Amino acid sequence: MTSPTHNTPTHNTPSDMTALRDAVATGTTTAESICAGMLAVTAERNTEINAFHEVFAEHALEAARRVDSDARAGRPLPPLAGMPIAIKDNVATTLGRTTCSSRMLENYRSPFDATAVERLAHAGAVVMGKTNMDEFAMGSSGEHCKWGPVRNPWDSTRVPGGSSAGSAAAVAGGMCAAAIGSDTGGAIRQPASFCGIVGLKPTYGRISRWGLVAFGSSLDQIGPMTRSVRDAALMLDVMSGIDERDSTTADRPPTELAKTVERPIEGLRVGIPRQYMSDANDTEVSAAVHAAADAYRALGATIVSVELPLTDVGISTYYVIAPAEASSNLARYDGIRYGHRAQLQPGEDLFTLYARSRSEGFGPEVQRRIMLGTYMLSSGYYDAYYKRALQVRRRIKQEFDQAFTACDVLLGPTAPTPAFGFGANSDPLAMYLCDVYTVNTNIAGICGVSIPAGFAERNGKHLPVGVQLQANAFEEDRLLRAARMLERALTATTGAHAPNA
Amino acid sequence: MPDNPHSKTAALTTAQVTHVAKLARLEVAPGRIEEYRTQLAAVLGHIAQLDAVDLAGVEPMAHPFESHNRLAADIPVEGLSIEAVLMNAPAVEGRFLAVPKVLAEGD
Repeated sequence: MTSPTHNTPTHNTPSDMTALRDAVATGTTTAESICAGMLAVTAERNTEINAFHEVFAEHALEAARRVDSDARAGRPLPPLAGMPIAIKDNVATTLGRTTCSSRMLENYRSPFDATAVERLAHAGAVVMGKTNMDEFAMGSSGEHCKWGPVRNPWDSTRVPGGSSAGSAAAVAGGMCAAAIGSDTGGAIRQPASFCGIVGLKPTYGRISRWGLVAFGSSLDQIGPMTRSVRDAALMLDVMSGIDERDSTTADRPPTELAKTVERPIEGLRVGIPRQYMSDANDTEVSAAVHAAADAYRALGATIVSVELPLTDVGISTYYVIAPAEASSNLARYDGIRYGHRAQLQPGEDLFTLYARSRSEGFGPEVQRRIMLGTYMLSSGYYDAYYKRALQVRRRIKQEFDQAFTACDVLLGPTAPTPAFGFGANSDPLAMYLCDVYTVNTNIAGICGVSIPAGFAERNGKHLPVGVQLQANAFEEDRLLRAARMLERALTATTGAHAPNA
Repeated sequence: MPDNPHSKTAALTTAQVTHVAKLARLEVAPGRIEEYRTQLAAVLGHIAQLDAVDLAGVEPMAHPFESHNRLAADIPVEGLSIEAVLMNAPAVEGRFLAVPKVLAEGD
């Protein structure tokens, strides 16, 4: 494993958010200078990377100055005071537009903030801008975006992963302190792996989905995308907890993981599912998992082999459940109350208004998934596809429960490959198969995190490779403490983790 | 839809794709139907692997957790203002959403 030399993702290795926050609190630096620095990097790099669709520079600087004035006056600072945070464009903000990178919502302005955004702002964070994504979060590359493809800061000829493409690229490119993404089948973790950052998909119900544009309602979760594990803990602490406006939030208090994340777990049992170590993985991907296992052994953890025989069936299960839920959720876009409305010719009827508005407003991948879901939910097919997929879903959950009797966390690849080139997966099914290691986390509703674990060299460029840890539902404390142990060990041995964490 | 509801392995026809597009309220150009048919058939072919999973006695699981309805207190809360609701409307007449005529003359 090599460390990056000639294509480091940032001009000067940025600190993680926790360090920046502490520096503001102790007066070592100002929130304004942090914010201005990230805006300068954004101004320089965003034309190429296309991480942001909108940047709220003035708003961000004003908010940062208010934090500095509070700090000078000796007022207590909230946990994320002055930290510039990027928001994926399917999360509602009253600032700017919320477009889902779709023509359908190209001018949509949300009358409210998502609960997660409200909680970040309450904790002092500065909403810096909205990030590009695969349209309506449907995609694993960041290529299917109304506002143009997002590019990987490590190698701009390659994709950043998706669908939280811009959020991952903005964090990796030093354009913001941290970001939020959404994860329906891996859309936080896979781009985190491709861009060399930390991406956490919390347990289903941990963070309110109020204000997250619905895709697959039983799968979607908002989560942090950060430069360090401790940053992910901090953001989860701020965003988690019950919300009356989302009845699927878990009735649990907000997490307090920033307090415990530095504490290693004694006697940790790490399970490696045999099915995750497939020959189809790129060599460097398997090597990163082996290096992580070695690091855990050196820390005194026990490595056990576990079985998840339904791993491969996850993609099929996901591509029934997610399109079925999407076809239902996206039925609301009809050109009547908001969103794109087609122009009708005289004599054309209401059906044409609906159908033309939707076909003009949605890109091809979104239309494909709507048709897939509609087909599988249609009369005569429901039992054969949807009901069967829900039965397999229970089996997948049971397999995880069984595996977690033998171990505390699961270790494996986040994705079978590092970042691929533009157009490399133009066949829809090939693109779907990239998510083989991440979809089952959502299907079972458990939690997972991708952390940087090494590099692969392609055409003279270093590409980050992540590994994934998964833990059972509501075990984020265990998950992030185990992740922090690994992060600390790998930073020392592979330089995989760029920041000073 | 089809006569044989469980013939999942039967090839998807262009007529089925056209019908599904109509159900989904999508206006697919005739020249693109075949492309969608090929792509959807490939995904459905892959999904057929679900048929090999032994599901005897397994109950469907629609949601990650066996949750029950959580009811909010029966107290009125402020909703969005009319202005907030209408600010994204594609066409407005006064305080109302404007839509094309639904009924033909004389209906």
